[in-house]
Amino acid sequence: MQKRLILDQGQIGIILRRFCHQLIENHDNFENTVLLGLQPRGTILLDKIVTLLEEISGVKVPSGYLDATFHRDDFRRRDFPLKANETKIDFLVEGKKVILVDDVLYKGRSVRAAMDAMIAFGRPQKVELMVLVDRILTRDFPIMPDYFGIKVNTLESQHVVVEWADQGFEKDAIWITEKVKS
Amino acid sequence: MSQLSTKHLLGIKNLTLDDVQLILDTASNFKEVINRPIKKVPSLRDITIANVFFENSTRTKLSFELAEKRLSADVVNFSSSSSSVKKGESLVDTVNNILSMKVDMVVMRHSSPGAPHFLSRNVKANIINAGDGTHEHPTQALLDAFSIKEKLGEIAGKKIAIIGDILHSRVALSNIFCLKMLGAEVMVCGPITLIPKYITSLGVKVELDVKKALEWCDVANVLRIQLERQQIKYFPSLREYSLYYGINKRLLQQLNKEIVIMHPGPINRGVELNSDVADSEHSIILNQVENGVAVRMAVLYLLAGQKG
Repeated sequence: MQKRLILDQGQIGIILRRFCHQLIENHDNFENTVLLGLQPRGTILLDKIVTLLEEISGVKVPSGYLDATFHRDDFRRRDFPLKANETKIDFLVEGKKVILVDDVLYKGRSVRAAMDAMIAFGRPQKVELMVLVDRILTRDFPIMPDYFGIKVNTLESQHVVVEWADQGFEKDAIWITEKVKS
Repeated sequence: MSQLSTKHLLGIKNLTLDDVQLILDTASNFKEVINRPIKKVPSLRDITIANVFFENSTRTKLSFELAEKRLSADVVNFSSSSSSVKKGESLVDTVNNILSMKVDMVVMRHSSPGAPHFLSRNVKANIINAGDGTHEHPTQALLDAFSIKEKLGEIAGKKIAIIGDILHSRVALSNIFCLKMLGAEVMVCGPITLIPKYITSLGVKVELDVKKALEWCDVANVLRIQLERQQIKYFPSLREYSLYYGINKRLLQQLNKEIVIMHPGPINRGVELNSDVADSEHSIILNQVENGVAVRMAVLYLLAGQKG
């Protein structure tokens, strides 16, 4: 299978630190800010950002995991329903600045569903989007990230695969691969 | 595994272990949903569900209706007492008439065992059995399993006693299938006249002494005496039944351990269960009711999500 490395461990580390500094610049002491990682893969990035932010700024920003499975627009259009993941949010987002965190932004449909799911926890003051990889020119919805690691131009026939060392991979890495034809 | 092996929920007997585990996992996601400030998700917004009840129901009907509404489905309710069934219309005709109004799923309760199975072979819709006579009540068994898992962490290896009118109980049969499948040890307890003759062929223990059953179990699922299904007298009087099989605080205090008390409702207080037990810290009866909505949401979601 063809595989092309787009970000290595060193580059990912630099991006994560950049994200933190951008957040500090925009959200000051995070008094009214919360972070939500989108299930299933945005939560890994979220945990890294929360830890690093605490290291850099000394502030532990409230965070949670948001699953949007029940809000997706492809229910009954797939052969079978997707299995839901855990939503773990122990605060309301009413009046808060919310930063949604995901690893890859592709069609924008998951983010749309996530915003729908998020509203169940209140009406936020402002919502921002942070993604590690922004797959440009593939969007189905008018959704753009406020913070991105890298923009890549990809085809429908390709996957963007994010590997984390603490998930059992050799190193943190992001690859573009060809989808296996069935 | 993220899909059920079946198009209908007719009974626990028709489910695989993977199906049951998928329903329980999905139910825990929905339990979180129904505890949010906004308890509604849009998953079933283009689905219409008919609740067709040929037998009385309070909890189950309310629970299904709430589950359907929490999933944003359109709901129509049908009750046989105020319908053309009284004028002699057949079951298939009644349901086909409802389906011709573009209904996608039917939740049905009927006094005849096998009625939902019959319907599933004759109509084009997902059928969910909400209780068929003395046969099965699959969503009750699933919510009981979910509640035990929530309380005790796991089901495998736990000892569960089902106490009361086993002979007329669809809850007992579905519970036996479900709990055995999940690896629990199951005992039935009640007057010999209310224990079916071949129940041991299902791999359950039989105990006639309620004290011994309570000493043995981790969980006691107490059932109601179903007088409406009893054509003959199975025991001398309710007072005598209560004396020998009623569970009260004194009985629980004699045990040298804590056990969990469950009841599918409606409770006949002072008969099978005293108020000092039903309302005590041992009881998870109201948790069962709450979990019922989550479990039914999971069943509806998984069945409706199948393509075609």
